[in-house]
Amino acid sequence: MSTTPESSNPSSSSNGPSGQDGSGAGSEPVLLRLRGISKNFGPVQAIQGVNLDVPVGQVTALIGDNGAGKSVLIKTISGIWEPSGGHIYWKGDEIHVHTPRNATDLGIATVYQDLALCDNLDIVQNMYLGREETKFEMLDEIKMELATNQLLRDLSVSTVKSVRQLVASLSGGQRQAIAVARAVMRESQLVIMDEPTAALGVTQTAQVLQLIRTLSSRGMAVLVISHNLNDVFTVADRIAVMHLGTLCSEGPASNYDTASAVELITTGHSSRVPSTLTPSS
Amino acid sequence: MEEDLSIPNPNSIGLLVKRMRQGDSGMLPVLVGLLVLVVYFQIRNAAFLSSGNLVNLFVQATIFILLGMAEIWLLLLGEIDLSIGITSVLGGAVAVILVDPQFNLSWFLALPAGVLVVTAIGALYGLIVVRLKVPSFIVTLAGFLAFQGVLIYLVDAQGTGGTIPVHEKVLYDLVYGYLTPLWTWILIVAGVAFLGYRMIRTDVSRRSSGLATDPLSFVIGKVALLAAAGIILAMVFNANRGTFVPLSGMPFAIPVDLGVLSFGTLILTKTKAGRYIYAIGGNTEAARRAGVRVERYRLLAFCLAGLTGGVGGLLYVSNLNGVNDGPPSTLTLYAIAAAVIGGTSLFGGRGKMIHAVVGGIIIATIYNGMALLSMSASTQYIVTGVVLLAAVTVDAIARRRSATS
Repeated sequence: MSTTPESSNPSSSSNGPSGQDGSGAGSEPVLLRLRGISKNFGPVQAIQGVNLDVPVGQVTALIGDNGAGKSVLIKTISGIWEPSGGHIYWKGDEIHVHTPRNATDLGIATVYQDLALCDNLDIVQNMYLGREETKFEMLDEIKMELATNQLLRDLSVSTVKSVRQLVASLSGGQRQAIAVARAVMRESQLVIMDEPTAALGVTQTAQVLQLIRTLSSRGMAVLVISHNLNDVFTVADRIAVMHLGTLCSEGPASNYDTASAVELITTGHSSRVPSTLTPSS
Repeated sequence: MEEDLSIPNPNSIGLLVKRMRQGDSGMLPVLVGLLVLVVYFQIRNAAFLSSGNLVNLFVQATIFILLGMAEIWLLLLGEIDLSIGITSVLGGAVAVILVDPQFNLSWFLALPAGVLVVTAIGALYGLIVVRLKVPSFIVTLAGFLAFQGVLIYLVDAQGTGGTIPVHEKVLYDLVYGYLTPLWTWILIVAGVAFLGYRMIRTDVSRRSSGLATDPLSFVIGKVALLAAAGIILAMVFNANRGTFVPLSGMPFAIPVDLGVLSFGTLILTKTKAGRYIYAIGGNTEAARRAGVRVERYRLLAFCLAGLTGGVGGLLYVSNLNGVNDGPPSTLTLYAIAAAVIGGTSLFGGRGKMIHAVVGGIIIATIYNGMALLSMSASTQYIVTGVVLLAAVTVDAIARRRSATS
């Protein structure tokens, strides 16, 4: 990790890692803390001054309209690009994520919408792609298969018949489950998911939401982007709303209902939601 | 014999049935096609299945097989080499020239030098494709033209009138030398024992780890089938096929082929490199995001293609007992056809080394059988074309069914 580009965003001076529990993240310790994150592409300001706390063991849903900056934000966290300004704290220490690999090494796993699975490989091969177990330079298939079976059992992914099935033969929900399981396998502490249920039917959506709950009950922080408010209210402990590149509201899911969420998504404010925004001095 | 070296399936029968229903029927249609061809030729000419002709057929197949395996390294990535027929012969020509009395280099330097030339050309292609992002189709098409020129220059420069004969014993013996019948038996028994041991050991260790396995009888059946095939092959090779003097034993070309086949299969199924080659062919971006150094493994595949093709080139010049400046332009196309007929996809991610063996034997069967029936070259070309089209069509239909199911 090297130096940060000079923080070109003086308006968003940070709270720093100081207040261990000061911000509105409830009682759980904060795993990831964003302060004044901004990102511009040339003259275009994509996101600006985003403050967000992602607590351990909870599901944080990031919602917002198309173009609100959700994807830009998670790509900033997962190292696709660096923020133009602001600070990222991981377990209280400031970090600089330059590449996806940096993020993975820290324990941030991102499941993108396209899942990035190889259709021509089976489940075990996909799970271990890039970090195969070997014995005398030869692949240790038995060890990998046992571990995959174990992990899928732990995550209660029971719909897959054989872990030696080709991924091409899996349903959308199963593929999503495999992509999530693979992310989890890397000792991840934060799992970021971009629209995990967008392409799924009712049953499969329920399975994936169940999987998300399993992850958080295992003590992982989950940050999930979704357009589907039903899913959000089913699964989220906390909700963060983005509007036109800023974070306009954030708080426990119980503070929101569908009407206020829609209002926040479309207009950026709602009189019915108590303001729980993290102050950014 | 096709399942021997592949990744062990937890439940081969169940998966086989399932995959066939999904349209991925493996090599079964191709093997049925081969059987039909064999039966046809045998009915038309009883000499077809004679020991002498079968050994001849296998030797003819070795070159298609080796060049087909070279193509498979690239086809797995979704790449192709349109010049392997020229570059491999170029490598063979280098070996022939080096062992020629005027240089008189020892065979154990000259033969690797020939292989090295083809590997280096593969590496060059790889660098251009990977670094400069030029499609391999074009790079190797350019190579096809350019290296044909180099070959003509090299051969003509020796001043032997466009053909250089092989006088060196080892290079000559690659195709025309034979193992003694005893060694043929030893080699086949050792090979069958090793593969059988591996199959049983895989099964036992899966069983003891509590993973899904086939019924024991199925594994034993596979080993028995393998042993039977080995015994039949040994008897074919060891039957006297000489007309004037007794002649028997396995031609050296066969173990050379089997060695390259084992090496390629080992890399593809048991090592990270092989796994990554499949992954890159299936979804390059996914491989990249999983941390695979995509460029390195693409380059490696180009080098391995060159290496495999280089060995094929040696067999080619040995079989021809020399090298001339005009190798048949169909050699490359037969190589690609061998791979594709066997079941390797042109679009990357799907294929096995054994596919080139099946495809190569099919092409050699057509070639050999039609010659036996005194059919014209024109018929041979037409039939080979039809078989290729049929193989690819069966594959495409199977894949469409699996995509829609």
